[in-house]
Amino acid sequence: MNGFYVVFSPFNFMLMVVGILLGVIIGVLPGLGGANGVAILLPLTFSMSPTSAIIMLSCIYWGALFGGAITSILFNIPGEPWSVATTFDGHPMAQKGKADEALTGAFTSSFVGAIVAVIMITFLAPLVAKFALKFGPAEFFAVQFLTFASFIGMGKGSAFKTLASMSLGFALASVGLDTVTGQLRMTFGITELLTGFKFLTAVIGLFGIGEILASMESGLAFSGAHAKLRLNAVLETWKKMPAYYVTFIRSCIVGCWMGVTPGGATPASFMSYGLAKRFSKNGDRFGKGELEGVIAPETAAHAAGTSALLPMLTLGIPGSPTAAVLLGGLLIWGLQPGPLLFIEQPDFVWGLIASMYLGNLVGLVIVLTCVPLFAAILRVPFSIIAPIIMVICAVGAYTINNAMFDVWMMVGFGVIAYAFNKLSYPLPPFVLALVLGDMAESSFRQAMLLSQGSVTIFWSNGLVGFIMTLGLVLLLWPMISWVLDKVRAPKPA
Amino acid sequence: MHDKEDGGPSLVSTRTMDIVVALLLLVVSAIVITDSTRLGFRWREIEGPASGYFPFYIGLMIAISSVVNLVRAIRSGERNKTFVTKQAFRQVLAVLIPLCFYVLVVGWIGIYVASAIYIALFMWYFGRYPLLKGAAIGIAVSAVLFAMFEIWFLVPLPKGPIEDFFGF
Repeated sequence: MNGFYVVFSPFNFMLMVVGILLGVIIGVLPGLGGANGVAILLPLTFSMSPTSAIIMLSCIYWGALFGGAITSILFNIPGEPWSVATTFDGHPMAQKGKADEALTGAFTSSFVGAIVAVIMITFLAPLVAKFALKFGPAEFFAVQFLTFASFIGMGKGSAFKTLASMSLGFALASVGLDTVTGQLRMTFGITELLTGFKFLTAVIGLFGIGEILASMESGLAFSGAHAKLRLNAVLETWKKMPAYYVTFIRSCIVGCWMGVTPGGATPASFMSYGLAKRFSKNGDRFGKGELEGVIAPETAAHAAGTSALLPMLTLGIPGSPTAAVLLGGLLIWGLQPGPLLFIEQPDFVWGLIASMYLGNLVGLVIVLTCVPLFAAILRVPFSIIAPIIMVICAVGAYTINNAMFDVWMMVGFGVIAYAFNKLSYPLPPFVLALVLGDMAESSFRQAMLLSQGSVTIFWSNGLVGFIMTLGLVLLLWPMISWVLDKVRAPKPA
Repeated sequence: MHDKEDGGPSLVSTRTMDIVVALLLLVVSAIVITDSTRLGFRWREIEGPASGYFPFYIGLMIAISSVVNLVRAIRSGERNKTFVTKQAFRQVLAVLIPLCFYVLVVGWIGIYVASAIYIALFMWYFGRYPLLKGAAIGIAVSAVLFAMFEIWFLVPLPKGPIEDFFGF
């Protein structure tokens, strides 16, 4: 194809490699997200041709998607919101000394997710784009509800502790300026609370600082430090991965779907993790270091992150914050996104699509060769790595809003995580509620406004009704399966 | 933050902490519910569900679940299960208190200098590394951060008098 020819020019290829390396760095640093990174580097690209520029910027985006997984697995600090779900099993794997396996699993599944999404973009672009237009507030709420339902349903431990933890997340999410009415909620005159609790601040504190406090308590041993360096880890892990093909397929579907309907990579990764946990044979071992628990969220996050570019190109609707920044870039270069883009600027569009294939391939090769290097970081003694992690957390928390207030919040969240972990209040529902709380609330209220307060809007057409029903089934699944078990096995064997 | 530890010198049992956390969450729910009633939690013309609608029910959920958790904790016989031992808690405080100092100091002398000092002292205190080695690593980390944030990505981080002196 002509697109590949465009990308294969040495200059563009070099931009691709540079972009991926920069992206990995951005992804590793918490607080510097893909969207920030692309926005910061956008001006650099004005002197390039639009095609070269978009290749470089989209490669930064791929790099950031890859990079987010690294710190999640090694230090339990998600570099990006969408890698939070990766920490659930990725970090326990690292603690067991299988960091290289977790990293390889994460990178490879990211690649698979991205490639499947690109293939979908290549062949189904116009068709899928139309589907995204059908989404109104009711549909958005239904999707968010489904994310929740797929994730919550069967938590282990006390249901009431789960409920308390989740509601606290929702409560914190609602702090600040109410986007629907413009009223201030629960700020009590504190200016810093105006913007609410930032998800990343919470995540850095809960996972990063909380982890360090927990390891300090257990006596300075940063578990995972005894990881052996295995040079053939990549091949070993690859041998195990085909067995999880169902998880791959399911996660790709979840990811592509969530990316196209601007649900985003973060909900996609949570939903995919929840579904994998529910349907896997090893579901009860999730959270203790299952490779499958790394594959599911990573595949979905990348599939979503990649397919989020589709509505941007075909309709001019960005499917993710980073896509929104890229859209800004397109407009600055004088390209009008929309169906006509494919006809008027074929070089650009197919160059971009070709760079998606090659960018991900190059990215995979780069990050995989670095796996032993990343895993070796864990061999650094705890008393050196711990303060460095603290510093990076502080920097990450600060950069979110340029405010010291957030750094204090981060410390507070670290303490909360410490107490919650010890009392077995689960953290994932808390985090999920904090991410989705705002979005879910405002789409619920918009939907209610449209329907004048009638809940029937959630069953007003096939699409939304299907999603809602699916969500309810998943939510009540523990009860349903309990009843099924009773019915199926009435007699003792 | 509302989650201050009960930092008594004696061992704290899990049951006591469960009760403390449940009570704190009840306080949170009271705050949420009070503010929601101020905002209104019923249907309003034009606006739809008022601003307090969602938080109000969330507050109720926190309250209900905390009451259950509280009752369960009071009834439970896990009096002897320790939440944290004296020594472990001292370790945790040994990290937490310097961390608070670090954050405090960042506001005065900037994040780069504070980080270098923090890393050096942490390595010296916990890892028994010579101060010089700690300082070397601390300065190296700060230098990398400086290059990355101030020079490449042009993201300003808190700076103090020393950076001022060099004209940044």
